Amino acid sequence: MLRAELFHLFRRRRVHALLAVLALVPIAIVVSLKFSGGPGGGDGPTFLNQVTNNGVFAALAALTISLPVFLPLAISIVAGDSIAGEAGLGTLRYLLVRPSGRSRLLAVKAATVIAFCFAATLAVAVAGLVTGSILFPVGRVTTLSGDTLSLWAGIVRIGGAAGLVALTLLGLAAIALFASTLTDVPVGAMGATLGILILSGVLDAIPQLSGLHPWLFTHGWLSFADLLRTHITWTAIDKNLALQAGYVAVFASAAWARFTTRDVLA
Amino acid sequence: MNLAVRTVDSPRARTTHAASSPWAIRTSALTKRFGPIAVVDGLDLEVPTGSVFGFLGPNGSGKTTTIRMLLGLISPSEGEIELLGKPIPSASADVLPAVGALVEGPAFYPWLTGRQNLQRIDAAGPLGERRTRQSRIDIALERVGLTAAAGKKFGAYSLGMRQRLGLANALLRPRQLLILDEPTNGMDPQGTREIRHLVRELAADGTTVFLSSHLLAEIEQVCTHVAVMNLGQLLAQSSLAALQATAASRLRIDTDDVALAAQVLANCGLEASTTALSAFADLQNQAPHELCRMLVDAGVRVNGFVVERPSLEDTFVALTGEGFDVAR
Repeated sequence: MLRAELFHLFRRRRVHALLAVLALVPIAIVVSLKFSGGPGGGDGPTFLNQVTNNGVFAALAALTISLPVFLPLAISIVAGDSIAGEAGLGTLRYLLVRPSGRSRLLAVKAATVIAFCFAATLAVAVAGLVTGSILFPVGRVTTLSGDTLSLWAGIVRIGGAAGLVALTLLGLAAIALFASTLTDVPVGAMGATLGILILSGVLDAIPQLSGLHPWLFTHGWLSFADLLRTHITWTAIDKNLALQAGYVAVFASAAWARFTTRDVLA
Repeated sequence: MNLAVRTVDSPRARTTHAASSPWAIRTSALTKRFGPIAVVDGLDLEVPTGSVFGFLGPNGSGKTTTIRMLLGLISPSEGEIELLGKPIPSASADVLPAVGALVEGPAFYPWLTGRQNLQRIDAAGPLGERRTRQSRIDIALERVGLTAAAGKKFGAYSLGMRQRLGLANALLRPRQLLILDEPTNGMDPQGTREIRHLVRELAADGTTVFLSSHLLAEIEQVCTHVAVMNLGQLLAQSSLAALQATAASRLRIDTDDVALAAQVLANCGLEASTTALSAFADLQNQAPHELCRMLVDAGVRVNGFVVERPSLEDTFVALTGEGFDVAR
């Protein structure tokens, strides 16, 4: 069933379009860098300044720029649609009568959402890496600490960063999955998820609430940058992953509790 | 009139074994409340194994809610359900593979073809062997007459084609029980006929068919048993013949002496109504041939004398009332 579900998801035109848009973001950034002759000042986002020296940094710049909005948007769409979309179409009742089993169906949906998180992150990173490498010189990778790594070691680090970004998004995906079990209207689940995302971002920006910040799921999102230090510092990364695991545990349980007991009226 | 007929011609013995259970569906005191309203209220449904069971009721009478409970989609507020001898919803995973269902109309993915839709649903549960999938799909599509449109997107299907695909999905695997909610909804007359034929064929193979419909003529033609629901309660449940026997037959006399005929009928204690050329009365205990003789003796020129068996529609209206508005 998982295989069929993955085929079902990645065959959809909507998913193709989402991945294409995600890939387009880094391509647009890199191309505009090429033709504008490099970033204007030194205040661009992390990694953007390095792209002109070394094309592989485009992958990291793309992840940094896509992480606050584009990736969460795509994931909210897919995860928010996962259960609510079936309910909206009415196919949910036929899947349940089949019988797929409610827990099993939810687990399969969760697995496809995880797969999409990785696919989406990969689309961004690969599009950045490829366009950057074509349009700019490629060479040894300078770390945040100022040393250089061999190109291949650098690309492995970048791959690791992409993996971390995908894992980082799982907390949000779990929230969207839970929202998706609450409604028969997919747009409602997507909207609710994006609302929570924005709220988390806003709260994170209010210094008076600093006590709350370590508990916001968006707080440690950019911790993947620590992978680019010569000696990787794991503290922030570990903290972020633990927090995401907590969000996944809470919201996946809530989704399960809700979905296995609800009356399916759609 | 509010009669509850509970003579079901079927073995009385009850066992818990699926194979030997005399009841394909059994509910006891089944109740579903949404807020303060009991949409289904103390339902004791008994569907004999091997029957073609017509489930009738006006819009909003609780039929679909009952069907959703039977299939484990919603949980009852009170009461119990047995499907093929096993409790629902706790044994859903064991029972539902042997149950084909069409609930509240077909629902499929508009961007997939008919065939792809069947493949997807088949892959989503047990006993849907991949090895036999294509041939099972071919057979099911053939049975519902949809082979020619199998490669078209579901979104481009007409209402009748969608309905047929829903039926194909219900027939995709061997079933002991089919639960079909309004199976001929939106179908052309040929389609309706084919479905009737299909239901008979399935019943002949020993499949129990539980059919909800508004088309009383349909039910009358294919069903062996019926139940009538209104306002969440069961008004009647019996074999079709037993139910129809409870309603009075109607007498129609075509005559040029309408007034005289009416008077004769009134003398016999029958309430007569008349039109220009006919007199009508509900037969009670009188033998029709007696009445005919009395009419002729009284000098009524009888041109036609007909005893009309009540149609299921008459029975239905007698049970549920004439009102056109939805019950609630």
